[in-house]
Amino acid sequence: MTAVEKLSLPSRRPWPGPARLVAGLPRLLGTHAFRLAALYFAVFAASVLGVLLFVYWTSAGFVERQTEATLDAEITGLAEQYAQRGLSGLVQIVAARSAGDRGDNMLYLVTDPGGRPLAGNIAGWPAGVPARAGSLSFTIEAKSQGQTEPHPARGSLFIIPGGYRLLVGRDISDGAAFRNLVKTTLLWAGLLALALGSLGGAAMSRNLLRRVEEVNRTSERVMAGNLSDRVPLKGTSDEFDQLAANLNRMLEQIERLMTAMREVTDNVAHDLKTPLSRLRTRLELALIAPADDAARSEAIRGAIDEADRLLATFNALLSIAEAESGARRSQAAPLDLAELAGAAAELYQPVAEDSGFAVSLETQAGIGIRGDRHLLSQAFANLLDNALKYAGGGPIEIRVLRRGGRAVLEVADHGPGIPEGDREVVFDRFVRLEPSRTTPGNGLGLSLVRAVAKLHDGAVELADNHPGLRVSLSFPETAT
Amino acid sequence: MKILIVEDDRETAAYLAKGLTESGYTVDRAGDGREGFFLASSGSYDAIVLDRMLPNMDGLTLLGGLRAAAIQTPALILSALGSVDDRVRGLRAGSDDYLVKPFAFSELLARLEALLRRGATPPAVTRLRVADLELDLLTRTVRRGDKSIELLPREFQLLEHLMRNAGHVVTRTMLLEHVWDYHFDPQTNVIDVHVSRLRQKIDKGFDHPLLHTVRGAGYCLRAPG
Repeated sequence: MTAVEKLSLPSRRPWPGPARLVAGLPRLLGTHAFRLAALYFAVFAASVLGVLLFVYWTSAGFVERQTEATLDAEITGLAEQYAQRGLSGLVQIVAARSAGDRGDNMLYLVTDPGGRPLAGNIAGWPAGVPARAGSLSFTIEAKSQGQTEPHPARGSLFIIPGGYRLLVGRDISDGAAFRNLVKTTLLWAGLLALALGSLGGAAMSRNLLRRVEEVNRTSERVMAGNLSDRVPLKGTSDEFDQLAANLNRMLEQIERLMTAMREVTDNVAHDLKTPLSRLRTRLELALIAPADDAARSEAIRGAIDEADRLLATFNALLSIAEAESGARRSQAAPLDLAELAGAAAELYQPVAEDSGFAVSLETQAGIGIRGDRHLLSQAFANLLDNALKYAGGGPIEIRVLRRGGRAVLEVADHGPGIPEGDREVVFDRFVRLEPSRTTPGNGLGLSLVRAVAKLHDGAVELADNHPGLRVSLSFPETAT
Repeated sequence: MKILIVEDDRETAAYLAKGLTESGYTVDRAGDGREGFFLASSGSYDAIVLDRMLPNMDGLTLLGGLRAAAIQTPALILSALGSVDDRVRGLRAGSDDYLVKPFAFSELLARLEALLRRGATPPAVTRLRVADLELDLLTRTVRRGDKSIELLPREFQLLEHLMRNAGHVVTRTMLLEHVWDYHFDPQTNVIDVHVSRLRQKIDKGFDHPLLHTVRGAGYCLRAPG
């Protein structure tokens, strides 16, 4: 496997199960959470390093700078002495300053041009130090607690006219020890901080990963068919909780739609298959029965009627689907509700009167709504169809009015009405309350009415008309 | 009368051709859009029956091409796409009528006849007459013989549509579309009752009925004899 393949693997591979989370270190490296943690760690490490360097510079550097400053001051003082009193004066001063341990770790040495000491607190010319003017680092043999050991020292060498040499230095073994202490302390502090940082980063990424993992696991289960599964909420109302809540709402909607679709499919299967098989039987019988032309024509006419009913059912289903999908919003136009209701009433009036109904229309003018004229007309026609079919005589009242700031159309009859418990069921597709199903119809009328109402941000209500049924369709009112 | 059928479903095309031939039309058939466009471009047809979804070139494109070439042969679109949006698109593309599949052959025939007549009717007519029935579009009055007939506004529109198509079958769906502008079929036979009321007013008390029911198809207003 090449490096490129290795790198691209995590993104190509489907999300593995949670059991592999612990073992899946290579996978972890490919996650966004890991990259985030790594970035965090890098920034953290850089800032820790910066802080430590600063601390080192200000603490260890301080001692060094102090040494340099002391040396400078000392050299300036000796130079002045030399200028005033000459070489012998300088030798005296050096001898005076070298006498006894002053506790300042200063080192002095004046030698003749051959390197033999004239004065000073160093036994001889330090090994390896060239007889050249300038600042230098060297090692001296110092006695401490009866033992001789090498000590590091810094100093400056001056060549005095005549070849005499002046070495001024300082034993910096104490400073070096201090610097080493600072170095060690800082190293440990840095290591500790980095360890804590990487632990924190890992914990953070693991936590992040776990929340994402939960969402992924739920999605997988839903995709596998368990539509009722939901992403668990932590109750922290952070971004992850919000994400989970939104996902859950989406899943709820999907579940509702799937359930509705399944119901519709079942209903369609039943309510279209039955008339189809009836149609087939009719045609079959017409074919096998020895019949005269008149009987055959009758059978064929019956089959055509059956086919027409099927088509009507099919068209009604399509209209409902169209209204429910909201595809027809493009057809929306300002409409006068009274006019729409009047047209529908006018269409049905003669047939209603012939069936013994008195149709009354009571409207308020100037109630405007916005909508699709064809779908609304069809919805109104369905309400009137229903009233004619089920009301069994008595007046049918159509009213257009304003109620609670909404435009309302009411169709009321004096028939048997719909029992309160059934008032929600009747909106479902193919639901017909009459078990015998003797009245013609397909049980889609009110489904369409509701779908049309929803499309127009409206609502349908069924109420008791004492006696009878009162259907109210309400819409948001707009200016006419 | 020469009719061009552009329809890719062989069975439908054959059945349309047979029916139209039996009704006295000369019929040509095209099985795809390009062939249909080629034939229709000759401009030698009296009407075109056009399927909407066709191989090679769809019906609306074909129609657009014809209209762009200033060929105004009346066209009736047959389509399984039946929503109002689809209808509007079809009519905007230049068709003169739109019939949704599946359809009754009698419906197609009636609409086709109406299309063929449309070109012949003088547009500025103000008075329609069938036998002794007379309808004045300006005064909006109706007389039969010397008897004045009172009609409701909708009944007047209904009669006007029937008289404009006198001698030809007008289906219930055509009446719903043209008189009420409703593009759906109500479950109740509302049209029958309207027509029978109109019949009461124009035929009752006269020897020869003018308004006839054509079984399985619709209605026909025609002079006796």
